[in-house]
Amino acid sequence: MYKYNANDQQIVEERAKQFRGQVERRLQGSVLEDEFKPLRLQNGLYMQLHAYMLRVAVPYGLLSSEQLRRLGHIARTYDRGYAHFTTRQNVQYNWPELADVPKILDELAAVQMHAIQTSGNCIRNTTADHLAGVARDEIEDPRPYCELIRQWSTFHPEFVFLPRKFKIAMTGAPAHDRAAIRFHDIGVRIVDNDRGQRGFEVWVGGGLGRTPHIAKVCRGFVEYEHLLSYIEAILRVYNRRGRRDNKYKARIKILVNELGIDAFRALVDAEWEEIKDSTLKLERSAIEQIVAQFAPPTYETLVDENLAKLILGKDRELASFVRNNLRPHKAPGYIAVIVSLKPVGRPPGDVSDTQLDAIADIADTYSNGRVVVTHGQNLVLPEVRQKDLAALHKALGEWDLATPNIGQLTDSICCPGLDFCNLANARSIPVAMEIAERFDRVDFLEDLGEISLKISGCINACGHHHVGNIGILGIDKLGVEAYQLLLGGSPGNDASIGEIIGRAFGASEIVNAVQTVLDVYLAQRSSADERFVGTYRRIGKTPFKDALYGDN
Amino acid sequence: MEIIRDQKIVQDSWRHIEDGDPVPESGDVTVSLIRFGAERSDLDARSGRDGVRVGPDEEIDTIIADLGKLPLIAVTFPKFTDGRGYSTARLLRGRHGYTGELRATGQIFRDQLFYLHRVGFDAFEMAPGKSLSDALEGFSDFSVTYQSSSR
Repeated sequence: MYKYNANDQQIVEERAKQFRGQVERRLQGSVLEDEFKPLRLQNGLYMQLHAYMLRVAVPYGLLSSEQLRRLGHIARTYDRGYAHFTTRQNVQYNWPELADVPKILDELAAVQMHAIQTSGNCIRNTTADHLAGVARDEIEDPRPYCELIRQWSTFHPEFVFLPRKFKIAMTGAPAHDRAAIRFHDIGVRIVDNDRGQRGFEVWVGGGLGRTPHIAKVCRGFVEYEHLLSYIEAILRVYNRRGRRDNKYKARIKILVNELGIDAFRALVDAEWEEIKDSTLKLERSAIEQIVAQFAPPTYETLVDENLAKLILGKDRELASFVRNNLRPHKAPGYIAVIVSLKPVGRPPGDVSDTQLDAIADIADTYSNGRVVVTHGQNLVLPEVRQKDLAALHKALGEWDLATPNIGQLTDSICCPGLDFCNLANARSIPVAMEIAERFDRVDFLEDLGEISLKISGCINACGHHHVGNIGILGIDKLGVEAYQLLLGGSPGNDASIGEIIGRAFGASEIVNAVQTVLDVYLAQRSSADERFVGTYRRIGKTPFKDALYGDN
Repeated sequence: MEIIRDQKIVQDSWRHIEDGDPVPESGDVTVSLIRFGAERSDLDARSGRDGVRVGPDEEIDTIIADLGKLPLIAVTFPKFTDGRGYSTARLLRGRHGYTGELRATGQIFRDQLFYLHRVGFDAFEMAPGKSLSDALEGFSDFSVTYQSSSR
């Protein structure tokens, strides 16, 4: 894991000090709220419906047990005893007092964390595959490059007031994108070219929000030493030419679409030509220093266990857990375990202070002290010995952290919605919770198989409803909460944007509508192996529409 | 009026002449980029120095040939959240080697100074009502940086 050097540490400490001064000047009145707003936003501090919300950065989702304990301590001391993991691998506190935020930043700085650029019209936290470093299908760990991007983008003096926010994601598993790179402003895929060289395929202009776009390839192969110069070229073109007349047309996806990818690429190439051999050019030795910090732990010499035995064993809960919550690990005898933050009866992604402490202890015992936040709002224990699975399952169960529903319907993604957010048109958490309760039958969920449900409380799409196999979008229909249903979305290598099926449903109808969609799928799938999205693509939307709205 | 130049509070005598207003015979003035192009011979005939103002959406191509002689370029920030002027500064300093005074004007607040200074600005007209001595502290918000820039 990346360890801060003296400079890194100084920067986060000075940031806490700077923000303390900004808060003091705001409270005294020498800084007006209009001037303060962009300052607090660049530090992740939002004004929400009832209170401030502080978003803390978790670079590429990676946390140590020490950091988790500190997050729990902050939840206990400055908030209401819980924290919320987000779809961008960050963590949010919903109830801090403004005057306490500088203290929270000090607490974070003490464990090499910060809230820098977690909001505002700047370069945000770079996200990565949550199985980075352990996935069997990975060709290279993307996190050292994410860390380089983190450093380059931190207080980049030219790009602090972009037209709009800017999000970068990276994957090192070209065949299996778990980081949704096609739905980011810049998506980076580590690839080998046809001459056997390692480098980066750079995608641009993806995004969700009001006008969802699948990104386009901006350059098929960027040599490793040019990663930062190529990204800087894109950012400079965007900063100078991105639209600033309408915030809904200000993301880079609109610029790319209006210019066309070829014209956009020509502008980037012209800019890149000027800067590619500048000081932005990466030295292999500098990269290797960072790569060394992400070196895997020394693995014990183990062999793969017969996990089928656990699946067929007497402990049915353990069997479900093993079937759904594990992901292959590159080292023999090891496994990555996904801890569900979606038990029935809790808002997706929420964890209590005591659960954070418990996860830290469990990570120390079972996972080399490491935890990774997923963009599905769950946590990964990346370094688990397969022989410890039963004991780990028991330890998680004691903290209500063993829900065996990863990849299933109840593993939904959900934005905070109208319960917290002042942009929202409708509540989203209660819909997610009602669906979780309605379908909370292990056998039914197992039979249904892999399916994703994503819920947003407004068109800004924080719940990524466009890329849910089933997406739900909360809207305001003449002052009443209503929900549109979208089907067929997917965020991965087979990226697709869900289609709106028909008129919106009322709050009392939407869960029945989901039931109807599931019934059609179960009746129409070619076999139990055909996933929901496969059936949808094969039969199209008509059978679903007919079942939902009748034939007329 | 008082401005900040080279991280000090100094008296400044440059006047910004709006389009449509007459340019005085003497004294140091700035004019808009368009006027700078259109009224070059009249400006050259004056006794004072001539600088140019560049708006956030203006390209600097037309003044590249003059950069060696220009004593002052004022990049305007009508809205502080419009960050195009930061790229303008980097291009002027880094790509085109401009060494004269590069001044930020408009909605300039203390918390932008660290960034503006790094992209190459060396003079700052603060927004009305803002304390200049308070603003000076903005230069030292951070003592280390990650990326290369103009400085």
